[in-house]
Amino acid sequence: MTAPGLRSEDFGARLSFDRGETGRRAVDVPVWSGDATPLPDAHLLRDSVRLPEMSQGELVRYYTALSARNYGIDSGTYPLGSCTMKYNPKVNDLIASLPDFADAHPQSPVEEAQGTLRTLMELRQGLAEITGLPEVSLAPAAGAQGELAGVLMITRALEDRGELEQRRRILVPDSAHGTNPATAAMAGFTVTHLPTAEDGSLDRATIERELDETVAGVMVTVPNTLGLWENGIEEVAGLIHDAGAYLYADGANLNAIMGRIRYGDLGFDVAHLNLHKNFSTPHGGGGPGAGPVCCTEELAPYLPTPVLAEDDDGLVQLIAPERSIGRLQQFHGNVGVLLRAYAYMRALGLDGLRAVSGQAVLNANYLRVLLHGHYDLPYDRPVLHEVVFSGSRQRREHDVRTYDMAKRLIDHGFHPPTVYFPLIVEEALMIEPTETEPPEAIEALAEALIAIAEEAASDPDTLHGAPWTAPIRRLDETKAARRPVLRWDEVDPKLD
Amino acid sequence: MSSSLAGSPHPYIPATEADRARMLERVGVTDLDALFADLPADLRDPAIELPPALTEPELIALLQERAATNAAPTRPSFLGAGAYRRSIPAIASHLTSRSEFVTAYTPYQPEISQGTLQSGFEFQSVVCELTGMDVANVGLYDVASATAEACLLAVRVTKRRAVALLEPIHPGTAEVVSTYARGAGLRVDSIATADAVSDEHACLVVQQPDFLGTIVDLEPLANVAHDRGALMVAVADPFALGMLKAPGDAGADIVTGEGRDLAGAPAFGGPSLGLFAAGLPYMRQMPGRIVGRTNELHGPEGGEGEPRTGYVLTLQAREQFIRRERATSNVSTAQALIALSFTIAVQALGPRGLRESAELCYQRAHDAARRIASLPGFDVPERGPWFQEFLVRGPIPASELAVRLSERGITAGFDVSDRAEPEAHNALMFCVTEATPDAHVDTLIEALTSIGDEA
Repeated sequence: MTAPGLRSEDFGARLSFDRGETGRRAVDVPVWSGDATPLPDAHLLRDSVRLPEMSQGELVRYYTALSARNYGIDSGTYPLGSCTMKYNPKVNDLIASLPDFADAHPQSPVEEAQGTLRTLMELRQGLAEITGLPEVSLAPAAGAQGELAGVLMITRALEDRGELEQRRRILVPDSAHGTNPATAAMAGFTVTHLPTAEDGSLDRATIERELDETVAGVMVTVPNTLGLWENGIEEVAGLIHDAGAYLYADGANLNAIMGRIRYGDLGFDVAHLNLHKNFSTPHGGGGPGAGPVCCTEELAPYLPTPVLAEDDDGLVQLIAPERSIGRLQQFHGNVGVLLRAYAYMRALGLDGLRAVSGQAVLNANYLRVLLHGHYDLPYDRPVLHEVVFSGSRQRREHDVRTYDMAKRLIDHGFHPPTVYFPLIVEEALMIEPTETEPPEAIEALAEALIAIAEEAASDPDTLHGAPWTAPIRRLDETKAARRPVLRWDEVDPKLD
Repeated sequence: MSSSLAGSPHPYIPATEADRARMLERVGVTDLDALFADLPADLRDPAIELPPALTEPELIALLQERAATNAAPTRPSFLGAGAYRRSIPAIASHLTSRSEFVTAYTPYQPEISQGTLQSGFEFQSVVCELTGMDVANVGLYDVASATAEACLLAVRVTKRRAVALLEPIHPGTAEVVSTYARGAGLRVDSIATADAVSDEHACLVVQQPDFLGTIVDLEPLANVAHDRGALMVAVADPFALGMLKAPGDAGADIVTGEGRDLAGAPAFGGPSLGLFAAGLPYMRQMPGRIVGRTNELHGPEGGEGEPRTGYVLTLQAREQFIRRERATSNVSTAQALIALSFTIAVQALGPRGLRESAELCYQRAHDAARRIASLPGFDVPERGPWFQEFLVRGPIPASELAVRLSERGITAGFDVSDRAEPEAHNALMFCVTEATPDAHVDTLIEALTSIGDEA
């Protein structure tokens, strides 16, 4: 069933602003019947504001039609590597929207918010157990903000050691997410890139050479973005500490190891987690997420404000750590997301979380085996939660790019995997099935990818033009960037 | 108390024992543990203490019970200070809970993400209209982090190393600006008058309405900032902009704001929504994701048809996943779903509904303030025209007044008695909006009357 106008009409050409009719409205507003207070001086007020004028039904149809032009994990398999697109349990949404939780005011006295705070306290304890890092702040709104918190904590610790002036570098592997170097730069550090060795782990000789008294920290993703274990990371942690630097864990890939090994036990000093990945909170098309930061006792005084602590009366309080890097948001973080993560943790328990990581890793390996031989596999060994193939053979032999093959997957009913990341793999095709896909779905995905590899040889033009069945065909991204049209205007910009 | 039959899969994990056996065989290992052979053996499978798993009914029961230990939503509360209860059109939460929106990732594949992208473009358009700016992104974490990013943008543009925050500004906003400034090595000056802006400042940051609720005349402040070569950053409440002059029309170069309250419930502060809009000259210095309008490379029907309009993430050369350490910000996942709810709520109110709601809020707040000011022993000191928050001084110290109200089942206004502004001395800041029930205001008046009588 396709909503009317989804493919026939040029649906995107008409925004809500171009629909409806002057004078229509979608909701009414009570009329004030008391004594009227004069409005402030006219120069402080606006004349009007341009907004759509639509009836309620029209507005509902417009956004319903838009939703039909979207694909979510509820629509089908979404094997976007590094993003851990697992099924989002609906009970979590129900819990976050309980009125007693949802209506809590952030400035409430803590006595009036103990239900929320007690729940967050238990989440905080669970995350400390899972990461092996005993101190936690739930404040960061997303992974990148958690990273910023972690790196600023390192800054503060070095300041207190009197070494901040000399330690100006952060080492980041060449396989890292872009947020790692961007965060290090935001915190005022220069970035040194570390090469990946042939086995897919960090090149030990380079690390040993680079580690000196100018290094503040090393940011490592474990498992790394190739889906591989970082061999010898616990020894590297020792080297880093011997050199006086801190080891930071990008927890984006926690789904592979939950309940099986812990950042703290491996020697990491600080880690951020992405609860919108491994803890199943929905991604919402780009947030809200949550990026708690977990650390050792040594770094605890620097955690972002607030942290949670129970006082002598058994009340959970919001407090500022002694040498806190400060606040990251006006209030306490994305609490609605944190409540969902708590519900997920409680629905699974330790055995369930171990079953998650076990099945996530088995699913990735199953896919690896099913696709073996059909695509190049630059690091041809068992993987953890995701597997990174390369489309370089198809590019070389048939002039078909990974981009084309990813787009063709849309015609088979799948969301494409992550492509062209990590940067160190040519024509990368990074696939993360997650534990919530049944084996049939993984087999169907593999069959589609095999059919596409065959099509690359037999009918490359079909791939070059894909997708063919989506609500819209390939878009001119170059034009979008060169001649930016970024907002509605009454005079419709000529798009020729 | 819990749980499922041994060997039966968890509802979130579909593979059965039989599936697993078949898959393991195909992979060529005997058990799951073998897949983790690369992990150091001496650190594997540590003791981890987690509470036992719960079934869905148990989980709901536990959290309902837990939630009930929060103050009930029916308790009269006059807190504002950065978070405001609003009347939000019901269709906003309804449409926002459509799972095609909820369960999508960042729209990396525009062909199957037009829902997220086109509504992102709608959001940018709404934010530009409200703020009077040329360009908006799809949203940042919250108003405070958005304001910090605005300061960083101003620093990049002006090459100056300090920023000025005009008091009264939300203390949370000031603190977040300081957090971000520390990383960048910037100085943050809190100033009482715009005269303190100097040629060392990259920007002047002004909150509208200010932290104590007063409506600010932005134009003269923008002129001072511009005279000294600084950018003007307005931190504006988008709901108040339903009636107040758009900051862009008053000379602001960047406008930030908090969108949460127009998108949904306060949720103890988050999910929040940082609005970020700027003038055209700063387009390529913006943080965060931006949606642009374009068209198909080839039309439908095998390229025969006219190319159709579509939306993509654009100007990505600013962003971390391309520019890495030279990116304008590290931001990636932000608050897209909250932005969607904000967009639908504002569009549902429409041009007249937004103005009517803002004026209703204004009228109800002023009416409540007038009633309180008429009570013996109470005073409502004004600092100028104001929107929805007002200062109340009673016959007893502010902190004691809050306690006495709490004893009567009312959450008082935010305590501002330790602030420097003379009007805030010994005052609580009450907030009344269009969504505050009449009965709550009546209850408050009764309580204040009896507290006044006792004093």
